[in-house]
Amino acid sequence: MSGSEGKLSSSSSELDLDRPNIEDYLPSGSSIHEPRGKLRLRDLLDISPTLTEAAGAIVDDSFTRCFKSNPPEPWNWNVYLFPLWCFGVAVRYLILFPARVIVLIIGWIIFLSSFIPVHFLLKGHDKLRKKMEVFVANHTSMIDFIILEQMTAFAVIMQKHPGWVGLLQSTILESVGCIWFNRSEAKDREIVTKKLREHVQGVDNNPLLIFPEGTCVNNQYSVMFKKAWLLVFWKAGAFELGCTVCPVAIKYNKIFVDAFWNSRKQSFTMHLLQLMTSWAVVCDVWYLEPQNLKPGETPIEFAERVRDIISVRAGLKKVPWDGYLKYSRPSPKHRERKQQSFAESVLQRLEEK
Amino acid sequence: MGNYSSMLTQYDIEEVQEYCNNLFSQQEIVSLYQRFCQLDRNAKGFISADEFLSVPEFAMNPLSQRLLKMVDGLNFKDFVAFLSAFSAKASTQQKVQLIFKVYDSDGNGKVSFNDILQVLRDLSGSFMSDDQREQVLTQLLKEAGYSRDSFLMLDDFIKVFGSSGIKMEVEVPVD
Repeated sequence: MSGSEGKLSSSSSELDLDRPNIEDYLPSGSSIHEPRGKLRLRDLLDISPTLTEAAGAIVDDSFTRCFKSNPPEPWNWNVYLFPLWCFGVAVRYLILFPARVIVLIIGWIIFLSSFIPVHFLLKGHDKLRKKMEVFVANHTSMIDFIILEQMTAFAVIMQKHPGWVGLLQSTILESVGCIWFNRSEAKDREIVTKKLREHVQGVDNNPLLIFPEGTCVNNQYSVMFKKAWLLVFWKAGAFELGCTVCPVAIKYNKIFVDAFWNSRKQSFTMHLLQLMTSWAVVCDVWYLEPQNLKPGETPIEFAERVRDIISVRAGLKKVPWDGYLKYSRPSPKHRERKQQSFAESVLQRLEEK
Repeated sequence: MGNYSSMLTQYDIEEVQEYCNNLFSQQEIVSLYQRFCQLDRNAKGFISADEFLSVPEFAMNPLSQRLLKMVDGLNFKDFVAFLSAFSAKASTQQKVQLIFKVYDSDGNGKVSFNDILQVLRDLSGSFMSDDQREQVLTQLLKEAGYSRDSFLMLDDFIKVFGSSGIKMEVEVPVD
């Protein structure tokens, strides 16, 4: 046990080192060192490249775009279609929505009435499970989980939510082996890592499902995988845990409703309401070929390769951002890199004659 | 459709367009307005410093703190006016004027040795020592015919930048 712990911490520090460069992804603004030659006052005073970058970020930036709810696609609207549209609203809100609520309630009643006895009876009897697999999917909304859960009972790692969703999490979902964390608590992360290791090592546990992006993205972009998750599926890919990594790509069709859950703008209840009053939620799910670590591949390279596979299949654009930047500021490291290149070019050009 | 663009009437668009000397097309203004509303998360009518910093590409910029003083709390009209210096149609003089304003942090119309030194400090951080910065600046000022104690006016900036244009253009995405 202690051996594997030591290994885990050492590889997490090496993760920091080979994180891909953000600069590699961004459109490089015309850099200061372009026109070579002797440094003059004009060159020193000319801060236009830096200003251009700043203004460019104000006007448009790839990070905000990841979390932008997309406007519905316009359709050929005209006044003759209005009665038809009204009829559609009536059908959606008065027939489809109540029908779905009823199905949901009946489903819950049946589920709960059998869940409670079965939960006790089957304890210790579920050895029939197959080999461990770690599924890795892109994340758009909490309903990703519901959609994937149709295939098999995944154990998912998600954020602890408040309200009725939280209640659901701590009662029912706990039994399929789901693991919760709290984004704000640093200590929680340690507990999750520990639980995770236990889960992966347990033979009779449900296959693990992780959303390594760590946050809902609008299904047009894909953000960087979180480090903590990365380690899990890297170990899985390396067969250290005796299991494989299965990428899953989910692409929603926005024809009826945008399935992106913009958690800043709406609660999950509102989001669910919006989905349940639409005609339908259409989505494609691809279970892609299981991936394993290639010889000599670093965790980051492996994660990037898996992200690539998912992004290509679901038609997502890759961006270099950590999704948690929604809640925090970027590290000063990136700024320092810019400062370094500026200082180097000034000092270098000063010596040139 | 019921989203923001309709909140900007044709009259508003023309007013803003006039305010920024027609440096942006009407489509660009509509597009900038959508961006403004997106950044102004609580619809206060201005973008706070915190909201600007929520754009990581902006927060990473070495001059972000300095620029924040210029853009913090701008309403939409002034927001567009600020960005108009980055339009491809803006004159070199307008661009130089903006650069001058960045240096002239106290807004007294003249840029001192120290003003330049501070910008230089933002740009080079810990990768140049104070001595190095002072030395570089003193030398370059001398070569250009100024001294440590001289104040640079806007005209001096225009002269220094000369007629060679400044590459400072930002394209507004229009869909």
